[in-house]
Amino acid sequence: MKLSRRQFTKLASGGLAFASLQGTLSSAGIASEAPIKIGNILDQTGGLNIYSLKQMKAVAMAVDEINAAGGLVGRPLELIFYDAQSSNQLYSQYATQALLRDEVDTIHGGVTSSSREVIRPIVQRFESLYFYNSLYEGGVCDRRHVSTGMVPGQQLDALCPYVVNERGGKKGYILAADYNYGHITSRWLQKYIRDLGGEDLAVEFIPLDVSNFSSVIARIQDAKPDVVWSALVGAAHMSFYRQFHSTIGTDQMMLAGTTYSIGREQVELSPEEGEGIILATSFYDGLDTPAANDFVRRFHEYTGETDYIGEYGESGYRGIALWAEAVRRAGNAEPDAVIEALGGTSVEGAGGLYTIDGQTNHTIMNIHVAVQNDKQEFDAIKTFEQRQPVDTQLVCNLNENPNDTTQYEVQLD
Amino acid sequence: MDSLMIYIYQVAFSFSILVLISLGLALIFGMMKVINLAQGEFLMLGAYFCVLFSNMGLPLWITVPLAGLAVGAFGVVVERTVIQFLYGRVLDTLLATWGISLFMIGIITTIAGPQSHSVSVDVGRISVGGLAVPGYSAIIIAGAVVMLAGTYAIWRYTNLGLIVRGTMQNPEMSRALGTNTSLIYMFTFGFGSALTGLAGALLVPLFGASPTMGALYISKAFIAVISGGPWPLIGTISASGLYGGIDGVISYLYSPVLGEICVLLVAIGMLRLLPEGITGHMRKGI
Repeated sequence: MKLSRRQFTKLASGGLAFASLQGTLSSAGIASEAPIKIGNILDQTGGLNIYSLKQMKAVAMAVDEINAAGGLVGRPLELIFYDAQSSNQLYSQYATQALLRDEVDTIHGGVTSSSREVIRPIVQRFESLYFYNSLYEGGVCDRRHVSTGMVPGQQLDALCPYVVNERGGKKGYILAADYNYGHITSRWLQKYIRDLGGEDLAVEFIPLDVSNFSSVIARIQDAKPDVVWSALVGAAHMSFYRQFHSTIGTDQMMLAGTTYSIGREQVELSPEEGEGIILATSFYDGLDTPAANDFVRRFHEYTGETDYIGEYGESGYRGIALWAEAVRRAGNAEPDAVIEALGGTSVEGAGGLYTIDGQTNHTIMNIHVAVQNDKQEFDAIKTFEQRQPVDTQLVCNLNENPNDTTQYEVQLD
Repeated sequence: MDSLMIYIYQVAFSFSILVLISLGLALIFGMMKVINLAQGEFLMLGAYFCVLFSNMGLPLWITVPLAGLAVGAFGVVVERTVIQFLYGRVLDTLLATWGISLFMIGIITTIAGPQSHSVSVDVGRISVGGLAVPGYSAIIIAGAVVMLAGTYAIWRYTNLGLIVRGTMQNPEMSRALGTNTSLIYMFTFGFGSALTGLAGALLVPLFGASPTMGALYISKAFIAVISGGPWPLIGTISASGLYGGIDGVISYLYSPVLGEICVLLVAIGMLRLLPEGITGHMRKGI
């Protein structure tokens, strides 16, 4: 067989995409209809892959389940996976390739806020639809973008009242990663703490490569806060939790994290190091509801893995489920028709009811406050039902300004 | 008095960390003139050996030296298979060791996964000037001192140390006097690797082990070694003292960001004023 170079690369990349997700596209032959194509761009390799590995599989599982149930609006789904290798340049390349050459109907994926900001303009240019399945700092106002993860207005709206009022964490010391997520999240933390009558003693921004926290911990001990708020990110910052345990300890001072558990920190730290850390999340494996237990069981069966899935994994499944429901409501997978149907689209998911808010294309969801126990698991404290993305709603109204594509930074007084 | 104690602790701790991460490089780069870009990954390997041995149930005081020996052996293998053919070819060494570093990151990620691992050592807390600090810091500081003293003793008081120093200064003359310089190079590279592995293992309980951790330390190690100049021990001590002092004080007073900025500014100034390093003008040294 003679192959042109173009045919070869097409075959080869298809082969790669398939090989990298073997066993995940098992239910073929639903119909002879042309498939609806989903492009999923995540980091299978590279430094950020701890955030992507579970999500990749959860997305594949969601697609497979829909296919097994007869497909979507009479057509099978085809999942094309692209490994962006933790590089924003590849995000740009693969987003273009997915929309231009592979002609996908929607793109899911992206981990960091910077990768999202790489994908968004490309999705704009090709007038498609993009699902960003990750928690982030909030404020993106774009009808072609759907955020299915938590934003600070949801997470902190649940976490702060619990820590400040119920646990008496009036005086807070904030540590945040030194890039836009940390800066914006720390401002939200300050606002919530002050609104609740608490006090923010200090805010420190920590570069992503700092792993020696001895001076930071010394300053924390000088300041004597009731609670340390951590919006730390990445492998180097993990050592903060270790060093906090070996100096102060959660028995002496509360420690609440906005990013804790999404990188599966609780499994990587020893049981003693993680015990007592407080978090708020839209999903964790130990959430003892029938829907959550069922999801965990199906995921373990599907992948053959038994370890912690966490929010980043589940949100990939959530993204596909919400998109599929919007497609059903629209009656077809044309991006513009699906966008029309987004507002009010609602699915019953593992973490509770998820509903897309048409004003912002963000997701209304339950937020669960939990505390780590001595077995590297989380104990439920309480669930805050159906939190609205209030921060983004303050600045974004897609019903009035459908052509808006800005990411707003929320200004606090 | 209290705050003086805190400053002394901060400086001693920063100094020790710098000594740990740069001493092995000082031997390999400072003495042998081999730019080993995989140095950070040697550190990472030491950390992983420590995790491996600890998971086998061995106590820390055995796992750390064992991890050092294992990385030393790995260093010997790398020297025999790659480095020995590249002495004097700086650019080729650069490329080869960079390749080795990528290879090691890939292998470790494949075997142990991308997530980080740690060893939990509970040695309690110590009170320094009214602040609680990890008891483990004392072990770090002691480890740095032992490594410096041990290297000094071997280099200064043993025949082997004399031959190593002679070989590094003038390989032709050493060969003429009957020394197998190839073996000496192998030993020195292995020794430097072992020190690096030892450091990686010692740092695990504080910083954990992850496949990409080498990148966090390699630049600091190079800055310390280049500023230190040609004499590995005195150079490492003086550069680590200088930068550890600046970093310890500024980080505690202001923030880790400002601490690192000040270290880099001073390093740039140092290289302008003393391009040969702190020990560049010393005729004698170790």
